[in-house]
Amino acid sequence: MEPKTKIRWSEYNKKIADDKFFYLRSCIRQNFNPGAEKVFLSILQNNLRKEVYDDPHHTTCSGIGYHSDIVPFETFQTMVARQFSLMTERGYKNCAVSCITSFGGYNEVLSTWKEFPEELEKTRENLLKATGRTFEIPENLSHACDIIYHFRKEIAAQARYRLINKETGEPLKIVDHIGCHYAKIFPEKGVGGSEYSRVLTGMIEAWGGEAVDYPERRHCCGFGFRHYLIKNNRSYSISNSRKKFESMQPYHPDMILTNCPGCNMFLDRWQYALAQIEGKVYGGKNGIPVLSHEELAGLVLGYDPWKDIGLQMHQIDVEPFLNKIGVEYHPKQKFTGVKGQYINEPAFTGCLARKD
Amino acid sequence: MYSDLNQRLKADVRLEEGLQACMNCGICTAICPAAEFYEYDPRSIAITVQSGNEEKIAALLEGDTIWYCGQCMSCKTRCPRNNCPGLIISVLRKLSQETGAFIKSRMGRQQYLIVKTIGANILRFGYCVHPNSLVPATHPEQGPVWRWIYENMHEVYAAVDANLDGDGPGAMRKISPTDLDELHQIFEVSGGLKLYQTIEYFSQLKAVEMGLTDTNGKADMEKYTQYLLNE
Ligand code: SF4
Ligand code: SF4
Ligand code: SF4
Repeated sequence: MEPKTKIRWSEYNKKIADDKFFYLRSCIRQNFNPGAEKVFLSILQNNLRKEVYDDPHHTTCSGIGYHSDIVPFETFQTMVARQFSLMTERGYKNCAVSCITSFGGYNEVLSTWKEFPEELEKTRENLLKATGRTFEIPENLSHACDIIYHFRKEIAAQARYRLINKETGEPLKIVDHIGCHYAKIFPEKGVGGSEYSRVLTGMIEAWGGEAVDYPERRHCCGFGFRHYLIKNNRSYSISNSRKKFESMQPYHPDMILTNCPGCNMFLDRWQYALAQIEGKVYGGKNGIPVLSHEELAGLVLGYDPWKDIGLQMHQIDVEPFLNKIGVEYHPKQKFTGVKGQYINEPAFTGCLARKD
Repeated sequence: MYSDLNQRLKADVRLEEGLQACMNCGICTAICPAAEFYEYDPRSIAITVQSGNEEKIAALLEGDTIWYCGQCMSCKTRCPRNNCPGLIISVLRKLSQETGAFIKSRMGRQQYLIVKTIGANILRFGYCVHPNSLVPATHPEQGPVWRWIYENMHEVYAAVDANLDGDGPGAMRKISPTDLDELHQIFEVSGGLKLYQTIEYFSQLKAVEMGLTDTNGKADMEKYTQYLLNE
């Protein structure tokens, strides 16, 4: 029963497709960090010269509904099948998935279909009956962070900036937070498995930074689906994030790197909320900047932080991080509209309102 | 009151995946974030379901406990038997909703709120969340930057090249009526709508039982919602 050779997770690399991706967006990322998805597509198309298709017909995968238990598994499987049907219709075989909840969900569905072929048959019937559609199973399913990891060296070769403090020449200290559903359900679907995840630290190192380990690195951000969705339960979410901030604080990180759209938003917003509740700021000038893999890749490649990546949509200011690596940007353009006109600005940014 | 709970649990393929000979070691509980913040013990859930004791299973379906899990699936990685208490929870929650047992607990009753928000968003917008549904007053934790985004919504999304409510591809594009119709059909055919309706049906019964009714004695779901929000 035991496999002959145990997988050495710390060296484990999954198969990631090289080209011709069918892109599946994330509801959460589109809401909170739409620029991250835009820059991901641009990096693939313009920097790496890859083919990636952004289909207007795909929708929510309903994964948030599935994990908050209002969407049955049978419906979730059929929703996933519809996305695959769109992929098939367009002639693609490789999915590039933006959301971690979707990524875990697609893997759960694929594994179910393998173990229980009757579930696949039922799903085919459901989809056909509901929409007249048929579908093929993707040959490769990669999360967007897998793809950035896969091409990290090519990105490093084109990089305009390195993750190095331009004043001191020291590598910047970066902690990562891996979304739970990236590899906790199916460790073999994540680079380095779940215990020794390499997907983000591999990028940090390739681009000149120092990946810093911390005790609660693998702890959940606390989303908890129904726990964040219902206001009365939100203390669960914030308590889990707090546990992470407490754990990373002694290492004085310059930045938190994420791969999950939910985590990216929560680790940003909860720093603000904790400062408001407890008066505590966990690092940086007024909070620790939080970036996703696409946002960071965009920065090192020299994309504009506001117009191209949309980092003004973060509560915690990213400027201290930009200044450290020497990114050139126009501070005044942060809160401008399409035509470059000023459009008013938030009451304040960061954790606490500045007193000056 | 309930019948064949064991059989109904076992009919769900996810139980076969999620539970094989739990040895009661407690590793899942040690790693579980929900066990840290709630009176919650995934090990005892696995053991109870494994025991097949109908009475105890019924008690789980009616209680708060099963609703404490955060679905992070950290338990899956660590269980030496490759069990997944988080998946067992999904199966229990489904049965709790199908049998109406969920309205007996405070945490269970909250499912009505999720149907009315996330559930409605999925079929109305084709997204599980939409900027319009993230009202700053009910999301104070989103902070001043989100408020700024919300108040200048079209300009802010357009400035980062998102396609909010627009035609064609792009972030937050409008999902076309034809695509939304396909989602409706999928929900109709595969039991998604039925589950929404089941949750609503039992929630209405609860509202009436609690006297949250209109002048005709019918369930007043606005009052019930307010009750849940403050419960
Ligand atoms: S860390 Fe949080 S948001 Fe991210 S995958 Fe886990 S539960 Fe989801
Ligand atoms: S870790 Fe696995 S075997 Fe141990 S108590 Fe939990 S479910 Fe049972
Ligand atoms: S999925 Fe649920 S039971 Fe498992 S570790 Fe997460 S919160 Fe605990």
